[in-house]
Amino acid sequence: MSVLIVLDQSDNHLKKSAFEIMSYGSKLAEQIGTSAEALVLGTVQDNLAALGKYGVSKVHQLSNETLNHVDGQLYAKTIAEFVAQTSATVVIFSQTHTGKSVASMVAARLKAGLVAGAASLPDTSNGFIVRKTVFSGKAFANISIQSAIKVIALNPNSFSVITTEGTAEVNQLNIGIDSSKIKVTAINKITGEIPLTEADIVVSGGRGLKGPENWGVLLDLAKVLGAGTACSRPVGDAHWRPHHEHVGQTGVQVAPNLYIALGISGAIQHLAGVNRSKIMVVINKDPEAPFFKAADYGIVGDLFEIVPQMTAEIKKIKGIA
Amino acid sequence: MKILVCVSKTPDTTSKIAFKNNLTQFDETGVQWIINPYDEWFALVRAIELKEKDPTTLIHLVTVGGADCDPIIRKALALGGDEAFRINADSNDSFYIAAQIAELAKQNQYDLIFTGKEAIDYNSAAMGGMIAELVDFPYISLATLFELNGSVATVTREIEGGEEIAEVIIPLVVSCQKGIAEQRIPNMRGIMAARTKPLKVVEPATIDNLTSIVNFELPAPKAGCKMVAVDNVPELIRLLHEEAKAF
Repeated sequence: MSVLIVLDQSDNHLKKSAFEIMSYGSKLAEQIGTSAEALVLGTVQDNLAALGKYGVSKVHQLSNETLNHVDGQLYAKTIAEFVAQTSATVVIFSQTHTGKSVASMVAARLKAGLVAGAASLPDTSNGFIVRKTVFSGKAFANISIQSAIKVIALNPNSFSVITTEGTAEVNQLNIGIDSSKIKVTAINKITGEIPLTEADIVVSGGRGLKGPENWGVLLDLAKVLGAGTACSRPVGDAHWRPHHEHVGQTGVQVAPNLYIALGISGAIQHLAGVNRSKIMVVINKDPEAPFFKAADYGIVGDLFEIVPQMTAEIKKIKGIA
Repeated sequence: MKILVCVSKTPDTTSKIAFKNNLTQFDETGVQWIINPYDEWFALVRAIELKEKDPTTLIHLVTVGGADCDPIIRKALALGGDEAFRINADSNDSFYIAAQIAELAKQNQYDLIFTGKEAIDYNSAAMGGMIAELVDFPYISLATLFELNGSVATVTREIEGGEEIAEVIIPLVVSCQKGIAEQRIPNMRGIMAARTKPLKVVEPATIDNLTSIVNFELPAPKAGCKMVAVDNVPELIRLLHEEAKAF
């Protein structure tokens, strides 16, 4: 019995979500009196022993190039075999693109109850109850898992990274892998931008910007904040901004520390994609914009006058010339 | 070519989310029910487009639920499904639902199984992967493009920080999202035709529920929006920096 944490990777590096789930998994292990171990699939080059500082005692790696592309079938077979060998009772993923491809397959293979979209540590005082977001962040459900093995996929940005002292024992696995039935022919990475789902700060624009030629003010603000950039659905539909920037119910769902909405009225479908943000700031010229009801801070006024002042003020604080 | 499209009944996106019976049940008062948008706009419409290219294609629809799901299944048939199955069971456990659909899929030998990327009520994004594992098909999640040439599917899917283009031999399971198709409105001919299309009620297989809902919680209400005067932008930045510690 142990907690197994399956780490996300991209381009041979671990992602922020990996540090979050290690922190989460080791807290859970502590809570139920067992150890936390991590599993890395693919040829990740990072210093794995150093992951001990996130609370894991062992890091197992199956360094095989086939696993650098996510094939749910191969992942599920490999992870399920490993779970059986190590008698892990809880398997933890991050609810990222990779987690969404794999956690459900692992759960089905192990006939293990799944909570996907977990928001906090399980309550293990009486059974095993995990809180998850439902109705696109408008509510939570407490889900009891009854099966012997439990699978949890944690929402990104919902658990703080905790570091301690420690080094993990690294174990290179030698398990054969079938060839993948998914033949990857091309990969297009979005370069030079911060992936939205990983961004601590997101600056987002709506129809209030009036046209794609006006995005400069938003991009300047995003740049000084090191923020990801997003947009509302009408902006995406009008092709003012690329489709992958659309946040909302039918677009990307984000949960940054800070979400700044410029010229977005805040339709309920938009809020469904952003309401897990910790702090929301709204700049809108319409005092009746529904977004103000959901926001933490707001200014009613012309964003074209306000935003450059915000950028200048942040530069002052950060000491950027 | 036989395609199975999985559809789920969800509250309309503008529904007020409330709970009853000591927060143990979703309060359905005044709720409009719709086909989960990802299932309808993307999974079903892409299947219909494939049928328009190859009219010999057969589209089956499936949902797991009670008779209250019939109106949304009829609407899906009006959009373009050929035949529907309603597995007559009530469950919120992803494994239970996926296993029921997998049983149907094994009997009918589908070439493609489409789901939406997630349902807008429970947001687990688990259905496609579980079905794929249970029927032993490859799984492409979060697909934004899907083309079929003979038995080779060319798909584009979102991955961390970008997208990946891949080829997969059918059969396979695909979870569909924006980009793969455009929303359609059923026309009168479709609505009339849907009335006579078969909607078969199937009794569920014996499968364990692995999870259950204990209760719901609503997020704590926001303290209210702190408004800053338009001529005092530095104050907003000060609050974000010092009070909210947001950057």
